Amino acid sequence: MAPQHLDSELKLLKDNVLELMFLVKNQLEKGQQALHEFDEELAHEIMANEKRVDSLELTIDRDCENLLALHNPVAVDLRFVMASFKINSDLERIGDHANSIAKYIVDFGRKIDDENMKTMRLDEMYDTANKMVSNIFNAFITEDTGLARRVFRLDETLNQINREVSASTAQLIEKDVSQTQNYLYLFSIVRKLERVGDLSKNIAEELIFYIEAKVLKHKKMKSKNNNGNGEENNS
Amino acid sequence: MDSETTSKQPKTSNVETTSEMNPDNRSLKLQAKNVDVFYDDFQAIKKISLDIVEKSITAFIGPSGCGKSTFLRLFNRMNDNIDGFHMNGNILIDNKNIYDESIKVEELRKKVGMVFQKPNPFPKSIYENVAYGLRIQGVKDEEFIENRVIESLKQATLYSEIENNLEKQALSLSGGQQQRLCIARALAVKPSVLLMDEPTSALDPISSGKIEDLIHELKKEFTIVIVTHNMQQAARVSDNTAFLYMGNLIEYGDTQKIFTNPEKDRTQNYITGRFG
Repeated sequence: MAPQHLDSELKLLKDNVLELMFLVKNQLEKGQQALHEFDEELAHEIMANEKRVDSLELTIDRDCENLLALHNPVAVDLRFVMASFKINSDLERIGDHANSIAKYIVDFGRKIDDENMKTMRLDEMYDTANKMVSNIFNAFITEDTGLARRVFRLDETLNQINREVSASTAQLIEKDVSQTQNYLYLFSIVRKLERVGDLSKNIAEELIFYIEAKVLKHKKMKSKNNNGNGEENNS
Repeated sequence: MDSETTSKQPKTSNVETTSEMNPDNRSLKLQAKNVDVFYDDFQAIKKISLDIVEKSITAFIGPSGCGKSTFLRLFNRMNDNIDGFHMNGNILIDNKNIYDESIKVEELRKKVGMVFQKPNPFPKSIYENVAYGLRIQGVKDEEFIENRVIESLKQATLYSEIENNLEKQALSLSGGQQQRLCIARALAVKPSVLLMDEPTSALDPISSGKIEDLIHELKKEFTIVIVTHNMQQAARVSDNTAFLYMGNLIEYGDTQKIFTNPEKDRTQNYITGRFG
Protein backbone atom coordinates (compact mmCIF):
# COMPACT_ATOMS: atom_id res chain seq x y z
CA MET A 1 0.00 0.00 0.00
CA ALA A 2 1.08 3.51 -0.70
CA PRO A 3 2.24 5.35 2.39
CA GLN A 4 -0.64 7.77 2.60
CA HIS A 5 1.12 9.99 5.08
CA LEU A 6 4.11 10.51 2.79
CA ASP A 7 1.84 11.08 -0.19
CA SER A 8 -0.20 13.64 1.69
CA GLU A 9 2.99 15.44 2.79
CA LEU A 10 4.27 15.47 -0.79
CA LYS A 11 0.93 16.78 -2.02
CA LEU A 12 0.99 19.52 0.59
CA LEU A 13 4.50 20.49 -0.54
CA LYS A 14 3.40 20.58 -4.17
CA ASP A 15 0.34 22.68 -3.32
CA ASN A 16 2.48 25.15 -1.40
CA VAL A 17 5.03 25.45 -4.21
CA LEU A 18 2.19 25.97 -6.69
CA GLU A 19 0.69 28.63 -4.47
CA LEU A 20 4.04 30.44 -4.30
CA MET A 21 4.49 30.11 -8.06
CA PHE A 22 1.03 31.55 -8.65
CA LEU A 23 1.64 34.39 -6.22
CA VAL A 24 5.00 35.28 -7.76
CA LYS A 25 3.55 35.08 -11.28
CA ASN A 26 0.83 37.54 -10.24
CA GLN A 27 3.36 39.82 -8.59
CA LEU A 28 5.29 40.02 -11.83
CA GLU A 29 2.20 40.60 -13.99
CA LYS A 30 0.90 43.28 -11.63
CA GLY A 31 4.29 44.99 -11.87
CA GLN A 32 3.92 45.33 -15.62
CA GLN A 33 0.43 46.77 -15.18
CA ALA A 34 1.55 49.17 -12.44
CA LEU A 35 4.45 50.33 -14.59
CA HIS A 36 2.24 50.93 -17.64
CA GLU A 37 -0.46 52.83 -15.85
CA PHE A 38 1.67 54.27 -13.05
CA ASP A 39 -0.69 52.61 -10.60
CA GLU A 40 0.81 53.39 -7.21
CA GLU A 41 -1.91 51.46 -5.40
CA LEU A 42 -1.01 48.34 -7.32
CA ALA A 43 2.70 48.91 -6.66
CA HIS A 44 1.95 49.13 -2.93
CA GLU A 45 -0.12 45.96 -3.17
CA ILE A 46 2.90 44.17 -4.67
CA MET A 47 5.07 45.40 -1.80
CA ALA A 48 2.50 44.23 0.74
CA ASN A 49 2.30 40.81 -0.91
CA GLU A 50 6.04 40.38 -0.52
CA LYS A 51 5.34 39.34 3.07
CA ARG A 52 3.15 36.49 1.77
CA VAL A 53 5.96 35.42 -0.54
CA ASP A 54 8.43 35.34 2.36
CA SER A 55 6.00 33.51 4.58
CA LEU A 56 5.30 30.84 1.96
CA GLU A 57 9.03 30.42 1.38
CA LEU A 58 9.50 29.63 5.08
CA THR A 59 6.55 27.21 5.01
CA ILE A 60 8.02 25.34 2.04
CA ASP A 61 11.47 25.23 3.68
CA ARG A 62 9.85 23.65 6.71
CA ASP A 63 7.86 21.20 4.56
CA CYS A 64 11.08 20.06 2.86
CA GLU A 65 12.95 19.77 6.15
CA ASN A 66 10.17 17.67 7.66
CA LEU A 67 9.92 15.41 4.63
CA LEU A 68 13.67 14.77 4.63
CA ALA A 69 13.92 14.23 8.38
CA LEU A 70 10.77 12.21 8.92
CA HIS A 71 10.20 10.32 5.69
CA ASN A 72 13.67 9.77 4.21
CA PRO A 73 12.36 10.05 0.64
CA VAL A 74 14.24 8.28 -2.14
CA ALA A 75 14.21 8.21 -5.94
CA VAL A 76 11.48 10.36 -7.50
CA ASP A 77 10.26 11.54 -4.08
CA LEU A 78 13.76 12.67 -3.12
CA ARG A 79 14.21 14.46 -6.44
CA PHE A 80 10.87 16.19 -5.92
CA VAL A 81 11.81 17.42 -2.46
CA MET A 82 15.26 18.56 -3.61
CA ALA A 83 13.80 20.34 -6.64
CA SER A 84 11.07 21.96 -4.54
CA PHE A 85 13.65 23.22 -2.07
CA LYS A 86 15.64 24.95 -4.81
CA ILE A 87 12.57 26.14 -6.74
CA ASN A 88 11.32 27.68 -3.51
CA SER A 89 14.47 29.75 -3.16
CA ASP A 90 14.36 30.83 -6.83
CA LEU A 91 10.69 31.81 -6.58
CA GLU A 92 11.35 33.88 -3.50
CA ARG A 93 14.07 35.75 -5.36
CA ILE A 94 11.73 36.35 -8.31
CA GLY A 95 9.31 37.75 -5.74
CA ASP A 96 12.11 40.01 -4.43
CA HIS A 97 12.68 41.36 -7.95
CA ALA A 98 8.95 42.01 -8.42
CA ASN A 99 9.00 43.86 -5.11
CA SER A 100 12.07 45.91 -6.10
CA ILE A 101 10.42 46.90 -9.39
CA ALA A 102 7.32 48.01 -7.46
CA LYS A 103 9.58 50.21 -5.29
CA TYR A 104 11.21 51.70 -8.41
CA ILE A 105 7.74 52.55 -9.75
CA VAL A 106 6.82 54.36 -6.56
CA ASP A 107 10.21 56.11 -6.38
CA PHE A 108 9.98 57.16 -10.04
CA GLY A 109 6.81 59.01 -9.07
CA ARG A 110 5.18 59.47 -12.48
CA LYS A 111 4.08 57.62 -15.56
CA ILE A 112 6.89 56.57 -17.84
CA ASP A 113 6.28 58.02 -21.26
CA ASP A 114 5.49 55.57 -24.01
CA GLU A 115 8.54 56.51 -26.03
CA ASN A 116 10.90 55.58 -23.19
CA MET A 117 8.99 52.36 -22.50
CA LYS A 118 9.50 51.44 -26.13
CA THR A 119 13.16 52.48 -26.29
CA MET A 120 13.96 50.53 -23.13
CA ARG A 121 11.90 47.58 -24.50
CA LEU A 122 10.25 47.11 -21.14
CA ASP A 123 7.15 45.44 -22.53
CA GLU A 124 9.23 42.97 -24.51
CA MET A 125 11.18 42.13 -21.37
CA TYR A 126 8.05 41.81 -19.28
CA ASP A 127 6.16 39.75 -21.87
CA THR A 128 9.07 37.32 -22.20
CA ALA A 129 9.64 37.04 -18.44
CA ASN A 130 5.91 36.52 -17.82
CA LYS A 131 5.82 33.82 -20.46
CA MET A 132 8.76 32.05 -18.81
CA VAL A 133 7.07 32.08 -15.42
CA SER A 134 3.79 30.90 -17.00
CA ASN A 135 5.64 28.07 -18.69
CA ILE A 136 7.25 26.83 -15.48
CA PHE A 137 3.92 27.17 -13.67
CA ASN A 138 2.15 25.02 -16.26
CA ALA A 139 5.10 22.64 -16.55
CA PHE A 140 5.02 22.09 -12.79
CA ILE A 141 1.30 21.31 -12.86
CA THR A 142 1.40 19.03 -15.90
CA GLU A 143 4.95 17.68 -15.38
CA ASP A 144 5.61 18.60 -19.01
CA THR A 145 9.35 18.91 -19.48
CA GLY A 146 8.86 20.04 -23.09
CA LEU A 147 7.20 23.15 -21.74
CA ALA A 148 9.98 23.60 -19.20
CA ARG A 149 12.59 23.36 -21.96
CA ARG A 150 10.98 26.22 -23.88
CA VAL A 151 12.10 28.47 -21.06
CA PHE A 152 15.74 28.14 -22.15
CA ARG A 153 15.12 29.78 -25.53
CA LEU A 154 13.09 32.55 -23.89
CA ASP A 155 15.97 33.21 -21.50
CA GLU A 156 18.25 33.71 -24.47
CA THR A 157 15.78 36.28 -25.80
CA LEU A 158 15.84 38.12 -22.48
CA ASN A 159 19.62 38.10 -22.36
CA GLN A 160 19.80 39.46 -25.91
CA ILE A 161 17.36 42.29 -25.16
CA ASN A 162 19.28 43.09 -21.99
CA ARG A 163 22.54 43.40 -23.92
CA GLU A 164 20.97 45.61 -26.57
CA VAL A 165 19.19 47.85 -24.06
CA SER A 166 22.43 48.25 -22.15
CA ALA A 167 24.03 49.74 -25.26
CA SER A 168 21.07 51.94 -26.11
CA THR A 169 20.80 53.23 -22.52
CA ALA A 170 24.37 54.50 -22.75
CA GLN A 171 23.52 56.31 -25.98
CA LEU A 172 20.35 57.84 -24.49
CA ILE A 173 22.29 59.15 -21.50
CA GLU A 174 24.94 60.63 -23.77
CA LYS A 175 22.22 62.45 -25.70
CA ASP A 176 20.48 63.91 -22.64
CA VAL A 177 22.52 63.80 -19.46
CA SER A 178 19.73 65.48 -17.46
CA GLN A 179 17.67 62.27 -17.85
CA THR A 180 20.43 60.02 -16.49
CA GLN A 181 18.58 59.22 -13.27
CA ASN A 182 15.40 58.26 -15.15
CA TYR A 183 17.20 56.03 -17.62
CA LEU A 184 19.06 54.32 -14.80
CA TYR A 185 15.75 53.61 -13.07
CA LEU A 186 14.39 52.06 -16.25
CA PHE A 187 17.55 50.11 -16.90
CA SER A 188 17.41 48.77 -13.37
CA ILE A 189 14.00 47.33 -14.17
CA VAL A 190 15.41 45.72 -17.30
CA ARG A 191 18.18 44.15 -15.23
CA LYS A 192 15.69 42.85 -12.67
CA LEU A 193 13.68 41.20 -15.42
CA GLU A 194 16.82 39.67 -16.87
CA ARG A 195 17.48 38.11 -13.45
CA VAL A 196 13.89 36.84 -13.36
CA GLY A 197 14.75 35.04 -16.60
CA ASP A 198 17.85 33.43 -15.07
CA LEU A 199 15.87 32.27 -12.05
CA SER A 200 13.08 30.90 -14.25
CA LYS A 201 15.66 28.96 -16.21
CA ASN A 202 17.01 27.51 -12.94
CA ILE A 203 13.48 26.42 -12.03
CA ALA A 204 13.04 24.78 -15.44
CA GLU A 205 16.27 22.85 -14.85
CA GLU A 206 15.03 21.70 -11.45
CA LEU A 207 11.74 20.54 -12.97
CA ILE A 208 13.63 18.48 -15.54
CA PHE A 209 15.82 17.04 -12.78
CA TYR A 210 12.74 16.05 -10.80
CA ILE A 211 10.77 14.57 -13.69
CA GLU A 212 13.52 13.06 -15.87
CA ALA A 213 16.38 12.68 -13.37
CA LYS A 214 18.61 14.65 -15.73
CA VAL A 215 21.01 17.27 -14.47
CA LEU A 216 21.23 20.24 -16.85
CA LYS A 217 22.83 22.69 -14.45
CA HIS A 218 26.23 23.99 -15.57
CA LYS A 219 25.93 22.12 -18.83
CA LYS A 220 25.79 23.50 -22.29
CA MET A 221 22.79 21.68 -23.63
CA LYS A 222 21.63 21.60 -27.21
CA SER A 223 18.74 19.56 -28.38
CA LYS A 224 15.89 19.65 -30.80
CA ASN A 225 12.36 19.90 -29.59
CA ASN A 226 9.46 18.16 -31.28
CA ASN A 227 8.98 20.99 -33.74
CA GLY A 228 12.54 20.71 -34.85
CA ASN A 229 13.48 24.05 -33.33
CA GLY A 230 16.95 24.33 -31.87
CA GLU A 231 16.99 24.48 -28.10
CA GLU A 232 19.88 25.52 -25.97
CA ASN A 233 20.68 25.91 -22.35
CA ASN A 234 23.85 27.83 -21.69
CA SER A 235 24.47 27.80 -18.00
CA MET B 1 9.17 -13.42 -15.11
CA ASP B 2 12.81 -13.77 -15.91
CA SER B 3 15.18 -11.57 -14.05
CA GLU B 4 14.84 -8.09 -15.49
CA THR B 5 18.37 -7.04 -14.96
CA THR B 6 19.18 -3.58 -16.11
CA SER B 7 22.46 -2.38 -14.74
CA LYS B 8 25.74 -2.61 -16.52
CA GLN B 9 27.81 -2.90 -13.41
CA PRO B 10 27.71 -5.29 -11.74
CA LYS B 11 26.60 -7.48 -14.55
CA THR B 12 24.01 -10.16 -14.47
CA SER B 13 24.43 -12.73 -17.06
CA ASN B 14 23.07 -16.04 -18.15
CA VAL B 15 26.20 -16.78 -20.12
CA GLU B 16 28.57 -19.36 -18.76
CA THR B 17 32.00 -17.81 -18.30
CA THR B 18 35.17 -18.55 -16.44
CA SER B 19 37.75 -16.33 -14.78
CA GLU B 20 35.45 -13.42 -15.19
CA MET B 21 36.57 -9.96 -14.27
CA ASN B 22 34.54 -6.93 -13.46
CA PRO B 23 35.21 -3.81 -15.55
CA ASP B 24 37.23 -2.31 -12.67
CA ASN B 25 39.42 -5.44 -12.67
CA ARG B 26 38.00 -6.97 -9.53
CA SER B 27 37.28 -10.66 -9.84
CA LEU B 28 33.81 -12.06 -9.68
CA LYS B 29 33.49 -13.65 -6.27
CA LEU B 30 29.94 -14.96 -6.24
CA GLN B 31 27.84 -15.97 -9.18
CA ALA B 32 24.32 -17.28 -9.48
CA LYS B 33 23.46 -18.78 -12.82
CA ASN B 34 19.86 -19.45 -13.78
CA VAL B 35 18.97 -20.43 -10.25
CA ASP B 36 15.56 -21.84 -9.38
CA VAL B 37 14.78 -22.84 -5.82
CA PHE B 38 11.81 -24.91 -4.75
CA TYR B 39 10.40 -25.92 -1.41
CA ASP B 40 8.39 -28.92 -2.56
CA ASP B 41 6.09 -27.43 -5.22
CA PHE B 42 6.56 -23.83 -4.17
CA GLN B 43 9.09 -21.97 -6.28
CA ALA B 44 10.91 -19.47 -4.05
CA ILE B 45 13.54 -18.32 -6.56
CA LYS B 46 12.90 -18.01 -10.29
CA LYS B 47 15.74 -18.16 -12.79
CA ILE B 48 17.98 -15.67 -11.06
CA SER B 49 21.39 -14.89 -12.51
CA LEU B 50 23.58 -12.41 -10.70
CA ASP B 51 27.29 -11.68 -10.30
CA ILE B 52 28.96 -10.16 -7.24
CA VAL B 53 32.50 -8.81 -7.41
CA GLU B 54 35.02 -9.38 -4.66
CA LYS B 55 35.41 -6.90 -1.79
CA SER B 56 32.07 -5.30 -2.39
CA ILE B 57 28.89 -4.96 -0.35
CA THR B 58 25.70 -6.13 -1.99
CA ALA B 59 22.30 -5.60 -0.41
CA PHE B 60 19.31 -7.81 -1.14
CA ILE B 61 16.05 -5.95 -0.61
CA GLY B 62 12.43 -6.85 -1.15
CA PRO B 63 9.20 -7.49 0.73
CA SER B 64 8.84 -10.38 3.16
CA GLY B 65 8.64 -13.68 1.33
CA CYS B 66 10.30 -12.37 -1.83
CA GLY B 67 13.07 -14.96 -1.55
CA LYS B 68 15.98 -12.77 -0.49
CA SER B 69 16.95 -14.83 2.58
CA THR B 70 16.54 -18.05 0.62
CA PHE B 71 18.77 -16.62 -2.07
CA LEU B 72 21.36 -15.47 0.50
CA ARG B 73 21.45 -18.88 2.16
CA LEU B 74 22.24 -20.54 -1.17
CA PHE B 75 25.77 -19.14 -0.92
CA ASN B 76 26.67 -21.27 2.09
CA ARG B 77 24.21 -24.10 1.47
CA MET B 78 22.11 -23.26 4.51
CA ASN B 79 18.98 -24.36 2.67
CA ASP B 80 20.21 -27.92 2.14
CA ASN B 81 18.59 -29.34 5.25
CA ILE B 82 15.22 -27.66 4.78
CA ASP B 83 12.49 -30.18 3.94
CA GLY B 84 11.49 -30.14 0.31
CA PHE B 85 14.39 -27.93 -0.80
CA HIS B 86 15.68 -28.51 -4.29
CA MET B 87 17.22 -26.26 -6.89
CA ASN B 88 18.29 -25.86 -10.49
CA GLY B 89 21.17 -23.81 -11.81
CA ASN B 90 24.57 -23.12 -10.36
CA ILE B 91 26.03 -21.11 -7.51
CA LEU B 92 29.70 -20.37 -8.03
CA ILE B 93 32.23 -19.05 -5.56
CA ASP B 94 35.61 -18.25 -7.05
CA ASN B 95 34.33 -19.93 -10.22
CA LYS B 96 33.64 -23.24 -8.44
CA ASN B 97 30.16 -24.70 -8.26
CA ILE B 98 29.52 -25.02 -4.53
CA TYR B 99 26.72 -27.54 -5.12
CA ASP B 100 29.12 -29.92 -6.82
CA GLU B 101 29.26 -33.32 -5.15
CA SER B 102 32.98 -32.89 -4.48
CA ILE B 103 32.39 -29.83 -2.29
CA LYS B 104 32.41 -30.41 1.46
CA VAL B 105 29.91 -28.15 3.20
CA GLU B 106 32.19 -27.75 6.25
CA GLU B 107 34.99 -26.49 4.01
CA LEU B 108 32.60 -24.19 2.21
CA ARG B 109 31.45 -22.62 5.45
CA LYS B 110 35.02 -21.85 6.48
CA LYS B 111 35.09 -19.68 3.41
CA VAL B 112 31.60 -18.27 3.74
CA GLY B 113 30.71 -16.91 7.18
CA MET B 114 27.22 -16.00 8.21
CA VAL B 115 25.69 -13.55 10.67
CA PHE B 116 22.04 -13.81 11.58
CA GLN B 117 19.25 -11.47 12.54
CA LYS B 118 19.46 -12.14 16.26
CA PRO B 119 22.87 -12.34 17.90
CA ASN B 120 23.40 -15.99 18.79
CA PRO B 121 26.53 -16.32 20.91
CA PHE B 122 27.16 -19.68 22.57
CA PRO B 123 26.72 -19.79 26.36
CA LYS B 124 30.47 -19.66 26.77
CA SER B 125 33.06 -16.98 27.44
CA ILE B 126 33.77 -14.25 24.91
CA TYR B 127 37.11 -15.88 24.21
CA GLU B 128 35.68 -19.36 23.66
CA ASN B 129 32.97 -18.04 21.35
CA VAL B 130 35.57 -16.62 18.99
CA ALA B 131 37.89 -19.61 19.39
CA TYR B 132 35.06 -22.06 18.69
CA GLY B 133 35.46 -22.26 14.91
CA LEU B 134 39.18 -22.89 15.19
CA ARG B 135 38.73 -25.56 17.87
CA ILE B 136 36.21 -27.54 15.80
CA GLN B 137 38.68 -27.33 12.93
CA GLY B 138 41.12 -29.14 15.21
CA VAL B 139 43.52 -26.27 15.86
CA LYS B 140 45.44 -27.02 19.05
CA ASP B 141 48.04 -24.24 19.12
CA GLU B 142 46.75 -22.00 21.95
CA GLU B 143 49.04 -19.12 21.07
CA PHE B 144 47.74 -19.20 17.50
CA ILE B 145 44.16 -19.33 18.76
CA GLU B 146 44.72 -16.45 21.17
CA ASN B 147 46.26 -14.30 18.49
CA ARG B 148 43.41 -15.08 16.10
CA VAL B 149 40.78 -14.36 18.78
CA ILE B 150 42.29 -10.96 19.52
CA GLU B 151 42.72 -10.17 15.83
CA SER B 152 39.10 -11.08 15.11
CA LEU B 153 37.77 -9.10 18.05
CA LYS B 154 39.76 -6.10 16.86
CA GLN B 155 38.45 -6.53 13.33
CA ALA B 156 34.94 -6.61 14.72
CA THR B 157 35.70 -3.38 16.64
CA LEU B 158 34.81 -5.06 19.93
CA TYR B 159 38.22 -5.65 21.47
CA SER B 160 38.69 -2.20 23.04
CA GLU B 161 35.41 -2.63 24.93
CA ILE B 162 36.10 -6.07 26.42
CA GLU B 163 39.89 -6.56 26.34
CA ASN B 164 40.14 -7.13 30.10
CA ASN B 165 37.07 -9.35 30.22
CA LEU B 166 37.66 -12.03 27.63
CA GLU B 167 36.56 -14.69 30.10
CA LYS B 168 33.28 -12.93 30.74
CA GLN B 169 30.09 -14.72 29.67
CA ALA B 170 29.23 -13.75 26.11
CA LEU B 171 25.54 -13.65 27.00
CA SER B 172 26.22 -10.82 29.46
CA LEU B 173 27.21 -8.48 26.62
CA SER B 174 24.75 -5.97 25.18
CA GLY B 175 22.83 -6.91 22.01
CA GLY B 176 25.08 -4.79 19.81
CA GLN B 177 28.22 -6.23 21.41
CA GLN B 178 26.85 -9.77 21.02
CA GLN B 179 26.26 -9.15 17.32
CA ARG B 180 29.83 -7.86 16.89
CA LEU B 181 31.02 -10.92 18.83
CA CYS B 182 29.15 -13.13 16.33
CA ILE B 183 30.86 -11.25 13.52
CA ALA B 184 34.25 -11.80 15.25
CA ARG B 185 33.38 -15.51 15.57
CA ALA B 186 32.66 -15.64 11.85
CA LEU B 187 35.90 -13.79 11.03
CA ALA B 188 38.09 -16.06 13.19
CA VAL B 189 38.09 -18.85 10.61
CA LYS B 190 39.25 -16.39 7.93
CA PRO B 191 36.37 -16.51 5.49
CA SER B 192 36.45 -14.48 2.31
CA VAL B 193 32.68 -14.02 2.12
CA LEU B 194 30.33 -12.77 4.84
CA LEU B 195 26.59 -13.30 4.54
CA MET B 196 24.46 -11.15 6.81
CA ASP B 197 20.75 -11.78 7.23
CA GLU B 198 19.23 -8.61 8.70
CA PRO B 199 22.18 -8.19 11.08
CA THR B 200 20.90 -5.04 12.78
CA SER B 201 17.15 -5.55 12.89
CA ALA B 202 17.27 -6.46 16.58
CA LEU B 203 19.60 -3.61 17.52
CA ASP B 204 19.18 -0.01 18.64
CA PRO B 205 20.32 2.80 16.29
CA ILE B 206 23.71 3.29 18.01
CA SER B 207 24.55 -0.42 17.86
CA SER B 208 23.25 -0.56 14.28
CA GLY B 209 25.49 2.35 13.39
CA LYS B 210 28.52 0.52 14.82
CA ILE B 211 27.69 -2.60 12.80
CA GLU B 212 27.27 -0.50 9.66
CA ASP B 213 30.65 1.16 10.26
CA LEU B 214 32.12 -2.29 10.79
CA ILE B 215 30.59 -3.62 7.56
CA HIS B 216 32.14 -0.71 5.73
CA GLU B 217 35.57 -1.53 7.21
CA LEU B 218 35.26 -5.26 6.53
CA LYS B 219 34.64 -4.58 2.86
CA LYS B 220 38.39 -3.99 2.47
CA GLU B 221 38.98 -7.71 3.02
CA PHE B 222 35.68 -9.49 2.53
CA THR B 223 32.91 -9.81 0.02
CA ILE B 224 29.74 -9.00 1.93
CA VAL B 225 26.13 -9.76 1.08
CA ILE B 226 23.49 -8.33 3.35
CA VAL B 227 19.75 -8.90 3.49
CA THR B 228 17.94 -5.94 4.97
CA HIS B 229 14.44 -4.58 5.32
CA ASN B 230 15.87 -1.19 6.15
CA MET B 231 15.98 0.76 2.90
CA GLN B 232 18.16 3.48 4.37
CA GLN B 233 20.62 0.89 5.61
CA ALA B 234 20.83 -0.68 2.16
CA ALA B 235 21.38 2.78 0.70
CA ARG B 236 24.03 3.67 3.29
CA VAL B 237 26.16 0.55 3.37
CA SER B 238 25.98 -1.20 0.02
CA ASP B 239 27.76 -0.71 -3.29
CA ASN B 240 25.15 -2.65 -5.22
CA THR B 241 21.54 -3.47 -4.54
CA ALA B 242 19.38 -6.30 -5.80
CA PHE B 243 15.62 -5.92 -5.56
CA LEU B 244 13.72 -9.21 -5.43
CA TYR B 245 9.99 -9.66 -5.70
CA MET B 246 8.10 -12.96 -5.61
CA GLY B 247 11.26 -14.91 -6.35
CA ASN B 248 12.24 -12.74 -9.31
CA LEU B 249 15.23 -10.45 -9.54
CA ILE B 250 13.56 -7.23 -10.64
CA GLU B 251 16.54 -4.91 -10.68
CA TYR B 252 20.20 -5.16 -9.77
CA GLY B 253 22.74 -2.42 -9.97
CA ASP B 254 24.62 0.45 -8.43
CA THR B 255 23.01 1.39 -5.11
CA GLN B 256 23.21 5.10 -5.79
CA LYS B 257 21.34 4.61 -9.07
CA ILE B 258 18.74 2.31 -7.52
CA PHE B 259 17.95 4.82 -4.77
CA THR B 260 17.97 7.94 -6.91
CA ASN B 261 16.68 6.85 -10.28
CA PRO B 262 15.77 3.16 -10.56
CA GLU B 263 15.08 1.72 -13.98
CA LYS B 264 12.00 -0.27 -13.06
CA ASP B 265 8.72 1.19 -11.84
CA ARG B 266 8.34 -1.75 -9.48
CA THR B 267 11.66 -0.93 -7.82
CA GLN B 268 10.68 2.70 -7.48
CA ASN B 269 7.31 1.75 -6.02
CA TYR B 270 8.99 -0.51 -3.48
CA ILE B 271 11.75 1.81 -2.31
CA THR B 272 9.36 4.77 -2.09
CA GLY B 273 6.92 2.66 -0.08
CA ARG B 274 4.21 2.57 -2.75
CA PHE B 275 4.39 -1.12 -3.31
CA GLY B 276 1.13 -2.92 -3.66
